[in-house]
Amino acid sequence: MIIFAIVLLLLAAWLIFTFNGLVGLRNQVANAFRQIDVQLKRRHDLIPNLVESVKGEMKFERETLERVIQARTAAVAAGQGGNMNEIMAKEGALTQALGKLIALSENYPNLKANESVKTLMEELTHTENQISFARQFYNDIVTKFNTKQQVFPTNMFAALLGFSPATLWELPADSPERENVKVNLSI
Amino acid sequence: MNIYEQQASNRRMTAAIMVVFIGFFLLIGLGFDFFYLGYSPFPTEASYNPDGGFYQPVRSGLPVPIGTIIALLIGGGMAANSLVNGPRMVLRSTMARRALPDGGDKERQFLNVVSEMATAAGLPAPAAYIVPDPDLNAFATGMSPGNSVIAVTQGLLDNLNREELQGVVAHEMSHIRNYDMRVMTVCAALMGAIALISDFAGRTSRVGGRTSGGSSSGSSRKGGGGAALLLFVVWILLVILAPIISRMLAMAISREREYLADASGAELTRNPKALISALEKIRAAVMPTRAINNGVAHMCITDPRGSLVEEKTGFIADLLATHPPMEKRILALKVMAYQADKPAAARI
Repeated sequence: MIIFAIVLLLLAAWLIFTFNGLVGLRNQVANAFRQIDVQLKRRHDLIPNLVESVKGEMKFERETLERVIQARTAAVAAGQGGNMNEIMAKEGALTQALGKLIALSENYPNLKANESVKTLMEELTHTENQISFARQFYNDIVTKFNTKQQVFPTNMFAALLGFSPATLWELPADSPERENVKVNLSI
Repeated sequence: MNIYEQQASNRRMTAAIMVVFIGFFLLIGLGFDFFYLGYSPFPTEASYNPDGGFYQPVRSGLPVPIGTIIALLIGGGMAANSLVNGPRMVLRSTMARRALPDGGDKERQFLNVVSEMATAAGLPAPAAYIVPDPDLNAFATGMSPGNSVIAVTQGLLDNLNREELQGVVAHEMSHIRNYDMRVMTVCAALMGAIALISDFAGRTSRVGGRTSGGSSSGSSRKGGGGAALLLFVVWILLVILAPIISRMLAMAISREREYLADASGAELTRNPKALISALEKIRAAVMPTRAINNGVAHMCITDPRGSLVEEKTGFIADLLATHPPMEKRILALKVMAYQADKPAAARI
């Protein structure tokens, strides 16, 4: 009888610990996601300034600039819509357009010499890094959360306790970031 | 070995050395209590009482290892003091100043990189400081991740590009994330306590107090005199070597934490190559970092004394160095970057 009670007590204690651990991780996941969101907002705010200050010098790259502005508008709209897949796709497109703009700006020595553009470029690199590190941290936490739910014996109780695996921040299958890079080596 | 395996193996090594360290401290401390203060782990032993004519348990020594406890308290107190006041004192002694957002391109970049690494680690951003020194070095300090500091020298800011700076800051961020300040404080407390005991043992005139006492009380410790003397001689030898042994153990832990900080720094940036090229630049600058005191050497990216000891990869030099030889660190990072495939050689 006593043994039975002890076993029951241990089981209850284990359940409580597991439940609390999972709740902690779920909140960490939510917080990590919020961090990505903060950085994405920052990027949206930065872009109009950037485009404005490089427009004069990069007038031959009108197409690239247009694409950045369009991608930003789409991303902001997706952010207000709140559909996770939509956000990931649009933000992915924006990341790619900005990457192209940064790469092209390397060709303009005048731009590099310009103090305010240099500051803006540093800000942009910073924001891009922040986004990718926030994403990396989010994915790490999600992986931890999901693994914790899927290991034996927690996997038998996780769904019962109301936990479900969180989604990783992945690029959608049709994302432009996924496209193969074309390298032209002919001279 | 990938980044995670490397980290796990470094953590295991730290724990193993820590166990040896604590065992060594107990050996020295309890030995002192046993030989000098009459501490006995089995305090009640039956002895004949001639007056009453019956057996009565008589305490043959102190039941508590007072010496060990006092030494640990003093050592711990000093270490705790350095933990609480250390960061402020270190910053003052290095004449570090706070990095400002409007202090030029490099300073803004440094601040940005620090906040990026905080994001990658999921921790609040530490305060960023700059040490006015032309050598290439960096250090981190602080009790907890919420209240910590990362400082780099002016020379490091001037000579490294953005990605290399990121690698260095990631290494320092990892020291904070892995609570290395606390690990090294525990080491310092043990080292201080051992030094205290060995100093006592060397100065006290009651050398061999227990062995002589043992032979005088006669019947209680029959024939134990010879064995006790031998034990005492071995213990005294250990006490004489204790300061250097405890230093070796502490330095072994320090080197293990460096490998760990390299590996978890690489995990933060997912870019071991940047840290490799930063380490190569830092290695090429052989000058000592004059502004940084040796006391914080274990929190720096490289030994502030310059590469004098470090480049001698001899056995003895290795044993007493705070940092592993740069060559081995770079090799370990190359293994993580899948550029080298000699995991055996990458370990100590």
